[in-house]
Amino acid sequence: MADPSPSVGRPLPRSAARRLAFGRGRYADDLRFPGLLHLAFVRSPHAHARIVRIDPAPAIAAVPNARVFTGADIARVCGPWQASVDNLPTLVSPPQHIVAVDRAAWQGEPVAAVVAASRAEAEDAAAEVVVEWEPLPAAAIRDRTLDADAAPAHPELGGNLSYATLIRAGDPDAALAEAAHTVEGRFSFARHTGVPLEPRAVIADYDPGEGTLTVHGSHQAPWHQQDTLSRHLGIPEHLVRVVTPDIGGGFGIKLHIYGEEIAVSAVSRLLGRPVKYVADRMESFVSDVQARDQSVSARMGVDEDGGIRGLAVDALSSFGAYAAYGRPPVNEGMMTIMMTGGPYANGHYEGRLRIAFQNKPPSGMYRAVGQPIACAVTEQLVDWAADAAGIDPVDMRRRNYWTDEACPLTTPGGIGIRRLSLGRCLDRLVAMMDYGALRAEQAALRRNGVHRGIGVATFLEMTSIGPERYGPAGAHVSTQDGATVRLEPSGAVRCVTSVVEIGQGTHAALAQIVADCLGTAPQHVAVVGGDTALTPYGGGAWASRGLTIGGEAAWRAAQGLRQNILELAGSILQADPAGLDLAGGAVCDRATREARITLAEIGRIGHFRHDTLPPGVQPELAVTRHYVPDAVPFALANGVQGSSLEVDTETGEVRLLDHWVVEDCGRIVNPLLVEEQIRGGVVQGIGGALFEECCYDGEGQMLNASFADYLVPMAAEMPDIHVGHVETPLEGTALGAKGAGEAGTVGAPAAVLLAVNDAIRPLGAQVSSLPVTPESVLTAIAAARA
Amino acid sequence: MKAPRFSYVRPESLGSALELLAEHGDEARILAGVQSLMPTLNMRLSEPRLLIDINRIDALKGISFEDGTVRIGALARHAELLASPLVAEHLPLIAAAMPHVAHVAVRNRGTFGGSIALADPAAELPACAVALDATFVLASLRGRRTVPARSFFHGLYETALAEDELLVEARIPALAAGYRSSFLEFARRHGDFALAGVCCHAHVDGAVLSDVRLACFGSEDRPLFAGAASAAAEGRAWSGDVKQAVKAALGGDLDPIGSFHASAATRLHLAQVLTGRALDRMVRAG
Ligand SMILES: Cc1cc2nc3c(=O)[nH]c(=O)nc-3n(C[C@H](O)[C@H](O)[C@H](O)COP(=O)(O)OP(=O)(O)OC[C@H]3O[C@@H](n4cnc5c(N)ncnc54)[C@H](O)[C@@H]3O)c2cc1C
Repeated sequence: MADPSPSVGRPLPRSAARRLAFGRGRYADDLRFPGLLHLAFVRSPHAHARIVRIDPAPAIAAVPNARVFTGADIARVCGPWQASVDNLPTLVSPPQHIVAVDRAAWQGEPVAAVVAASRAEAEDAAAEVVVEWEPLPAAAIRDRTLDADAAPAHPELGGNLSYATLIRAGDPDAALAEAAHTVEGRFSFARHTGVPLEPRAVIADYDPGEGTLTVHGSHQAPWHQQDTLSRHLGIPEHLVRVVTPDIGGGFGIKLHIYGEEIAVSAVSRLLGRPVKYVADRMESFVSDVQARDQSVSARMGVDEDGGIRGLAVDALSSFGAYAAYGRPPVNEGMMTIMMTGGPYANGHYEGRLRIAFQNKPPSGMYRAVGQPIACAVTEQLVDWAADAAGIDPVDMRRRNYWTDEACPLTTPGGIGIRRLSLGRCLDRLVAMMDYGALRAEQAALRRNGVHRGIGVATFLEMTSIGPERYGPAGAHVSTQDGATVRLEPSGAVRCVTSVVEIGQGTHAALAQIVADCLGTAPQHVAVVGGDTALTPYGGGAWASRGLTIGGEAAWRAAQGLRQNILELAGSILQADPAGLDLAGGAVCDRATREARITLAEIGRIGHFRHDTLPPGVQPELAVTRHYVPDAVPFALANGVQGSSLEVDTETGEVRLLDHWVVEDCGRIVNPLLVEEQIRGGVVQGIGGALFEECCYDGEGQMLNASFADYLVPMAAEMPDIHVGHVETPLEGTALGAKGAGEAGTVGAPAAVLLAVNDAIRPLGAQVSSLPVTPESVLTAIAAARA
Repeated sequence: MKAPRFSYVRPESLGSALELLAEHGDEARILAGVQSLMPTLNMRLSEPRLLIDINRIDALKGISFEDGTVRIGALARHAELLASPLVAEHLPLIAAAMPHVAHVAVRNRGTFGGSIALADPAAELPACAVALDATFVLASLRGRRTVPARSFFHGLYETALAEDELLVEARIPALAAGYRSSFLEFARRHGDFALAGVCCHAHVDGAVLSDVRLACFGSEDRPLFAGAASAAAEGRAWSGDVKQAVKAALGGDLDPIGSFHASAATRLHLAQVLTGRALDRMVRAG
C-alpha cells in the first residue's frame, strides 16, 4: 500500500468548525450546575471617587434571597494584588483590590458583588445597593496625564508616571541632523478593546467538603488562573482546577486576571455554592482590558537616494487605572519602541517611552500588542521619506530592508533577527497587487477627481515568546506547552494538549502533526484539552504560540509514541524495530513498505492481550512530552500588506477596495487555518484603522459603551483579502512553524493609513491619528485648503 | 443585562389594546417589533410595568393602495416594505431608504409603526414621512385623529402621541406624475444610524424643480423639513448656482447636534454635500 501523503501542509477543514456550525458549541454560559447562584456587580459610575458608604439593606429588602459583598467583605478572603516586574524595579504601580475598597479608580470598577438565585434578581438587587460617593478629579486625557497640574489617578502615588525608559543605539541626533531629508509626525492611536463575541464568563464552584475549587470559564490562560486562584485564595494548587469549554474568541482580553473572576471564586468560597458571572456587553466595555492608547512623535532621516540614516520615536503610553496584574504589563509601550524601524537597516535609533496612569479600565495585551503602532509609525515615515526623496514607496522599502548578508543581527530596538524574507514577500505582493497597473489606474482616475490610494506596509510579527521575557520578570507564566499522545485499543489516537482552543483551530492542526508522525490520518486523531487537572501543564493561547510551541510538544510526544509502537511491534513480529516504519495506519517494513501489522492490532494486543507478549515487555502506549522554545527567544514572522482604497474627499468616507497580505509564518501546517488567522487579523486591524475607539469625555466617562456606538468592523465594509505565502521554516525546531495569529493585525492599520494618505496627498492633506474617521479626513483636507 | 420585572398582555383587538392603554397610561408600553424596546428594557433605561403586545391585531397590519394614497399599517415589518411592489411603485423614496434601515434580522421584526412612534432622530422612515407629507392616524378610547408628519415629531424621541394613544397607520400620497424622489444618507457602517441624511421629493420638469420637499435627518433632534433649502430650489432650473444656494440655505434650516461620532459642523457639511448630490441625482434620473 502506498503511503498516504502527509497531512501537514494540506488545507484540511476542521471538524470543530462543523460542530459549532451545528449549534453544538458549549460555552461557559451553556453549562448547568445544580444549586447555582448568579452574580452581578455594582460598578462605579465615576471615573474617580471615594466610597463614603455602601448600604446593602435596600437591595436585600428588594430581593430577599440576595447577598451583597462589598470590597471589604471580599478583601477578608482575598487581599489586593500589585503588578510588579522583577527586572523592572522602577515600575510604579499601586495595589489593586479585587473589588474596590474606599476608592474607585475608573468608571466601571466593581464596588460590590451581589448574588441571587437568578441573574435578573441579582441585577434587581444590585440596582438597589446604595453607594454614597465623593467624586475626585480624574486623570482622563492621555496627553495631559503627565502635566504638572494633572489630576492624579492615584493620589497616594504623587504623580501619574508609572514607568519610563530609553533605548539608544548609534548617534541618532547626529544622523538625523546630517540626513538629506527628514520627515516627522505626531501620531495618535486611540484606546480600543478586543471585543470577543463571547464575553468573559466564569462559574466558580468551591466544594467545602473536599476544599476544592473548580472553575469553568472563558479564559486563554487557565494555568495562570489556577496559579492566581490558589495563591490569592489560599487554596492548595492541586485542589484548584480550571476548565475551559468552548471559547468564543479572546484576542488577549481573556488572557488577564480580573478582579471579577477572582471575586466570583471568593464568593463561591464564602457561600460553598457554585456562582456564575457572565459579563454583559455594556460592562465588557468598561471592564475588559483596553489597549493601544498612545501618542507617538517620530522622526526619520534619509540620505539623497532614500537610504535610512536615523530614526527617533517618543511614545506616551497608558496603563489605565492599573497595570494589568500577573504578566509583565509594559508590553504595549515596550513593543512600540522595540519594534519601530525593525525591518529596515539602520544603526542610529532612539526610542523613548513613558507610561502613565489614567482613570480608565486597566490596559492589557490585545492582539499584536504595540506592534501595529510600531508598524504604522515606521511605515508612514518611510512613505513620507520616499515622497521627500522622490522614490516610489515600493522601491524605497526594497532599498532599505535588512539584507540577508547582515543577518543574524540585533536591531537597534533590540529585536534579534535570524533571517527575514521581506524582499521575497514584497516581490510576491507587488505581483499579486499588480502594483504597476494599480498605480496607472490611480493616476488616470485622479485626472477625473477620483482619489484612490495605495498603501504598502512591511511588518514583523513577534510570535511564540519564550521564557526570557517572563522568567526574569518573575511572572507566574509558563512558556512551555505539553502533550500526551495515546494509542487507543482500536488503533485510533488521542492527543491531550495544554494548548487552549479559543476558536483559532490549533487542535485541528495538532491532529495533522500527530497523524503524520504515526502514519495515520488526522480523522483518526482526537485532540482534547481545556482542563488544568487533566492535561499536561502549559501556557495557554497568546502570542501566536499554539502551533510553534504546542505543536512542537505534540510532535515530540507523537515521536515518542511512534518509537514505543515500533518497539512493541518489534517484539510482536520478532523484528528489529529499526527496520520498521509507520504508514497507512500500519506498521510496515521500512525498506519494502509492506504492511506488517495494523495500528489497530497493536492497540488490541498492547491493551488487551498482554498475555501474548514475551515476558518483560511493558507496552507504553501513551507518551507525554513538553517543549519550551530554546533555539530563539521568540519566532519572528514577517510579511508585507497592501491596501487599495478610495477617499470621498467631500464626505471623508474611506471605501476599502482590496487588501493583500503576503506573510511568512514558517512551515504552514494548514493553510486554511493560517489564512483564517490572517483575514481575521486584517479585519481587526482595519477596525483599529477606521472604526474602533473607546470615546471618553474629559471626566473619564466612556461615551460609547455599546455596540451601537463602539464600531467594530462589519462584513459590508470589508474588502476582499487576498493572502499569499512565503515559507521560511523556523530553524531549530522539528516543525519549523512560526506564529500567524497577529500578523494581520500588525500590518493592516499601517497599510490602510498609508493608502488614505496616498489618496489625499494631492490635496496637501495628511492624517496621523487612528482611527481615521470621515471627520478627521475632512478636517485634514480643510486644513490643507486653508 | 436583564430587563426589570414587567407584566405582559397580548390583546387580540385594537379595542382591547386601547382599553389597556387608557387604563395604564404611562405605566404601559406598546410592544411591536421589540427591536428598540427590548434593548432599552435590558439596559434598564426604561421600566414599564406592562407591555402590550400588538402583534396579534390584524387591523394594524398590511400595506394597501387606494385613491392615490398608500396605507401602511403600523405593524408592517421593515422587510415587508422592502419587498412591497406597492411601495416600490408608489413610494420610491421609501423603497430607496429601506436598504439603509438596519440589517436583515432587525428588518424582519422591526415595524413601520415602531420606527415612527420611537422617533429616533437618525431613523430613515420618519424623514421619508416628512418629505412625503404623510398623515398618521392615531387612536385612543377618546377617538381617532390624524396628524401630519411635519407636526408629529416634536424632538428627541418625542412625538404627538399621547399616553393613551396608539399609532394605527400612515397614509401617504402616492407618487404623482412628474414627481421624483431621491434618498441619500451617510453612516460610518452600512445599517448604522446615519450621521446625516436627506430625503428629496419634488416635481421635476426638465431641470426645473417645483413643490420641492427636502427633509433632513440624523443631524438634528428630529427629522426636519428644510424649508429654506426647499424654497431655494423652488421653481428654478437645477444648476451649480442653485446647488450653492440650497446648501447655503440648509445652513439656516439646520442646527445640528454634535457627538463623538461627528461634530455639528461636520454633520452640517455632510447634510449639505448629501443634499447637493441627492438633487443632482434626482434631476439626472429623468
Ligand atoms: C442593530 C439595530 C440597528 C438598527 N438600525 C436602524 C436604522 O439604521 N434605521 C432605523 O430607522 N432603525 C434602525 N433600528 C431600529 C429598528 O428599525 C426598530 O425596529 C424600530 O425603530 C422600532 O420598531 P419596532 O417595531 O422594533 O418597535 P419596538 O421596539 O417594539 O417599539 C419601539 C417604541 O415604539 C413604541 N411603539 C411601537 N409601535 C407602536 C405603535 N403602533 N403605536 C405607539 N407606539 C408604538 C413602543 O412602545 C416603543 O416605545 C435598528 C435596530 C437595531 C437593533
